[in-house]
Amino acid sequence: MQAFTRLSGRACPLPLTGVDTDQLIPARFMKRSRAEGYGGYLLHDLRFDAAGEPLPGFALNQPERQGAEVLVSRRNFGSGSSREAAVYALVDYGFRCVVAPSFGDIFAANAVNNGLLPAQVSDEDGEALLAALAEGARDIVVDLAEQRIILGNLSCGFAIDPVWRTKLLHGWDDIDLTLSHVQAIADFVAADRERRSWAQPGRPEGA
Amino acid sequence: MTGSASPRTLFDKVWDAHVVVQREDGQCLLWIDRHFLHEGSFHAFDKLAARGAELARPDLTFGIEDHYVPTRERDLDRIDPAIRGMIVQLRGNAGRHRLRLFGLDDPGQGIVHVVGPEQGLTLPGLTMVCGDSHTATHGAFGALAFGIGASEVAHVLMTQTLWQKRPKRLRITVDGALAPGIAAKDIALSIIAAIGADGAAGHAIEYAGSTIRALSMEGRLTLCNLSIEAGGRCGMVAPDETTLAYLRGRPYAPRDAAFDRAAADWLALASDGDAIFDREIALDAGRIAPTVTWGTSPEDALPITMSVPDPERAGDEGRAAHIREALAYMGLRPGQRLEDVTIDRVFIGSCTNSRIEDLRAAAAILAGRKARVPGLVSPGSAQVKRQAEEEGLDRIFTEAGLDWVAAGCSMCVGMNGDLVPPGERCASTTNRNFRGRQGPGSRTHLMSPAMAAAAAVTGRLTDMRPLMQGRG
Repeated sequence: MQAFTRLSGRACPLPLTGVDTDQLIPARFMKRSRAEGYGGYLLHDLRFDAAGEPLPGFALNQPERQGAEVLVSRRNFGSGSSREAAVYALVDYGFRCVVAPSFGDIFAANAVNNGLLPAQVSDEDGEALLAALAEGARDIVVDLAEQRIILGNLSCGFAIDPVWRTKLLHGWDDIDLTLSHVQAIADFVAADRERRSWAQPGRPEGA
Repeated sequence: MTGSASPRTLFDKVWDAHVVVQREDGQCLLWIDRHFLHEGSFHAFDKLAARGAELARPDLTFGIEDHYVPTRERDLDRIDPAIRGMIVQLRGNAGRHRLRLFGLDDPGQGIVHVVGPEQGLTLPGLTMVCGDSHTATHGAFGALAFGIGASEVAHVLMTQTLWQKRPKRLRITVDGALAPGIAAKDIALSIIAAIGADGAAGHAIEYAGSTIRALSMEGRLTLCNLSIEAGGRCGMVAPDETTLAYLRGRPYAPRDAAFDRAAADWLALASDGDAIFDREIALDAGRIAPTVTWGTSPEDALPITMSVPDPERAGDEGRAAHIREALAYMGLRPGQRLEDVTIDRVFIGSCTNSRIEDLRAAAAILAGRKARVPGLVSPGSAQVKRQAEEEGLDRIFTEAGLDWVAAGCSMCVGMNGDLVPPGERCASTTNRNFRGRQGPGSRTHLMSPAMAAAAAVTGRLTDMRPLMQGRG
């Protein structure tokens, strides 16, 4: 997984509350192989009309927002489903960070597992960033080590779970960490069999 | 396992019993007792294959065909090849790794969160995960059950463990008697309306109080199912005699003396009397009305007797903007009475409300009446379907003019092709009214099965209570 330390790039505003996982990737695209890249499905039904033409008013379609790597939105971003495809769509489109006052819990965990930084700001700072973007601000710096966002002459801190911060800074995957605990897992299983003998699935009658 | 004498909640007891490793930074490696997989698991199996890794515990892993299964017909050769491909992929992965798969022709097949409890795979005190956010449903048994993404699914496949940060604990206490006709769905929507779609974010919810104790297991399942729509990490109800009565004799549950031993452990899981929660909320059951959603978030819920809100009266600009967008999408006007909102379609089904009691509640309204709109009734499992047919419920639905189909996630998320056409308004017993959830341009109104049935009869959002007069 790619590490995230300090990003200097373009920002795109998405001033909607509760951008849910059905908006991030409509279910009908989830049959597709990841190999094709999911970027074209990101916010599909907000981005394109029924004929598949880009909606000119939508922020992602505006020329000055092309190549954006940081998305700035409102509370409860990524609410809804556990579908990791919602993160794939953001990452394959090119985003490396989402800034919002709050995130769906499962979405945030999925984001971190794919190197996408969920940066949590206060409601006030979030609105200030959106206002600056509405006035034409474009270039943003997101510094994970400092937990700081800089946009024009705005500078604000953001919150991130310390464990997630470490994971992102190093680009670590959970699985390698877990494999170092193989003995502890085996010990737990042996002791647990005695403690909770009922936890094993039974055998259905006649099976 | 902690030997601490300090009082613990239900959540604490189950969490503590599963901690394999606890790191200084607070991250815990949890043992996972049950792992369910549906057709969306292909991303995780691809990761497994890329690493050349083995499935760690096939005996604790169960596959279910539910999200993509056709409901109107079961012959896979006659459906969209892309949809068929999703089912075939799961079969391939299940076969390769030798795990029990409830395929669409299996007498035990259905929606994963209906099948787990039915089969006795769901038990109190277990940790249970699945790549589906409504995994919280199983918490109704006092299990620690939650949804995970594909990377986490792959991690569980490879190690049967998961790294988690311990959430905070929220207790929601509901006391008092529910008014006649009020169901668990109304309790859940009222909670979400009160605390918001992110109100329980970062918290494990425990539902307590006399109203919760009085709910059947199916009512508790509906309630816990919707925990995620309040942003909760999971939702739990302490096991009691109702739980034990449900579990006795289930296929995968412990039997005889083993059951009795388990029962003693399970009943001891209840929160200690003096246990402390990080946050507490109390609701009066008597104030809960039949509730429907009007907007594009489950938190946009109101009693049926009220009207569509006015964005000009909203508390802040963010909320006002949301109301404006929602009304524009849903084709509603501020101040419009909810009982004047006409509907075009009805769907009774989903992991929220597709069990036998849900079907009975809908049938009680529809018996001897006709639906004014087309609709689909999808029982939650083959077992529920059989029981409903024994009780004659299917005939009530078909005589009303609704389609009685097979079990699957169906029109809740539309992945199998059961869609609500663009612009149509659907009275739905599901869990999400997000824009386009049931199909591009579709408009979803969430409600209980009795309320969905009432809407079908009148062709608009309707208070079901007058339609219950003189009926059991």
